[in-house]
Amino acid sequence: MKKFDIFKKGIFAENPIFVLQLGLCSALAITTSLTNAVGMGIAVICVLIMSNTIISLLRKIIPNEIRIPVYIVIIATLVKCVQMIMNAYTPELYDSLGVSIPLIVVNCIILGRAEAFASKNGVLDSILDALGMGVGYLFAVLVISFVRQLIGTGGISLYNPLDATQVIFNIELFPDYAIGIFTQSAGAFIALGCILAFIQYLKVRKAKKASVK
Amino acid sequence: MELIGLFVSLTFVNNVVLSKFYAICPLMGLSKKPQNALNMGLAVTFVIFVASIVTYFIYYYVLVPLEITYLDLITFILVIASLVQFVEMFLKKTSPEIYKSMGVYLPLITTNCAVLGVALDNISAGYTLIEAAVAGLAVPIGFAIVIYVFATIRERLDIADVPESFEGAPIALITAGIMACAIMGIAGIV
Repeated sequence: MKKFDIFKKGIFAENPIFVLQLGLCSALAITTSLTNAVGMGIAVICVLIMSNTIISLLRKIIPNEIRIPVYIVIIATLVKCVQMIMNAYTPELYDSLGVSIPLIVVNCIILGRAEAFASKNGVLDSILDALGMGVGYLFAVLVISFVRQLIGTGGISLYNPLDATQVIFNIELFPDYAIGIFTQSAGAFIALGCILAFIQYLKVRKAKKASVK
Repeated sequence: MELIGLFVSLTFVNNVVLSKFYAICPLMGLSKKPQNALNMGLAVTFVIFVASIVTYFIYYYVLVPLEITYLDLITFILVIASLVQFVEMFLKKTSPEIYKSMGVYLPLITTNCAVLGVALDNISAGYTLIEAAVAGLAVPIGFAIVIYVFATIRERLDIADVPESFEGAPIALITAGIMACAIMGIAGIV
């Protein structure tokens, strides 16, 4: 049961985007469509699991004073591997994500989990933690991109991230009433701001209910 | 003339914070006092300017001749980490007050997306040395302007009566969104 809690906390109680507000840069940049969000989410999960595993294995060897540079080099190596694999097998996705993939190196979630969790805990726990945080990130970018794509283009579509010509679903609801700004940068800030406000509203309401009891 | 165009474009029209979402973490975290925001802007300006020149030389004179360009991420991040360490030591020695007020956000410049982002963009856009230097100056100046303006707005937001659900991060993000709209308004000038 305890192991499951490590996994679960990353998705809800300590969701990296909605609660800890780490790695907002990429979460805002790539959430223009569901396809990009899925691709980026999977890339982040892969890097996070590998970096947490390696750092957890090496945690007793790495000297404490230079641990941050060591972590960064490990993470940069893994990100470069993921980048080269994506460039080879999913070129369309690679082009549409652009500089966001190499910038996973400086994504606070990865370094944050290495420092806060993997450097202190065993391998299995670290993998579970990485999986939970990664799924939490994926969940968050899916929510943001859903809102942005729905309002910005008036429809929802998802393509196979491995093959851009293969359409999984494509629904057009109100294309004539789309608010184009939501696919641009200003809309990203406003959409995320409103989602965070909604989460805060739920929290405040829950706290009020608890205090009444 | 082209260089001036590039400068204006990177400072205002394609401002990295508001159009590419680089450096959102220091924007949300540090920009509560205008003075801190300004100090941060200066530190970042130095790091990005030196980093964009050093990474240019490393890429074209070391990595390309040796055909090991796949090591770009690792070398760039090490250059940036050492520069940040240098700034940290310099500030600790010369002005301990600024060092103290910036706290954890000073070492975190290493993980500021803007620094690595500019270094990578310079390479992928195929800039010459002069263009890379101009970009290395224009981007952080744009960052400094945005973070300073944002900090002054947030000072006012603190005393404003914001709805309970929007307090803190949500209203800050929506403010940033409105600033991004303002930047979009000048998109036609370059």
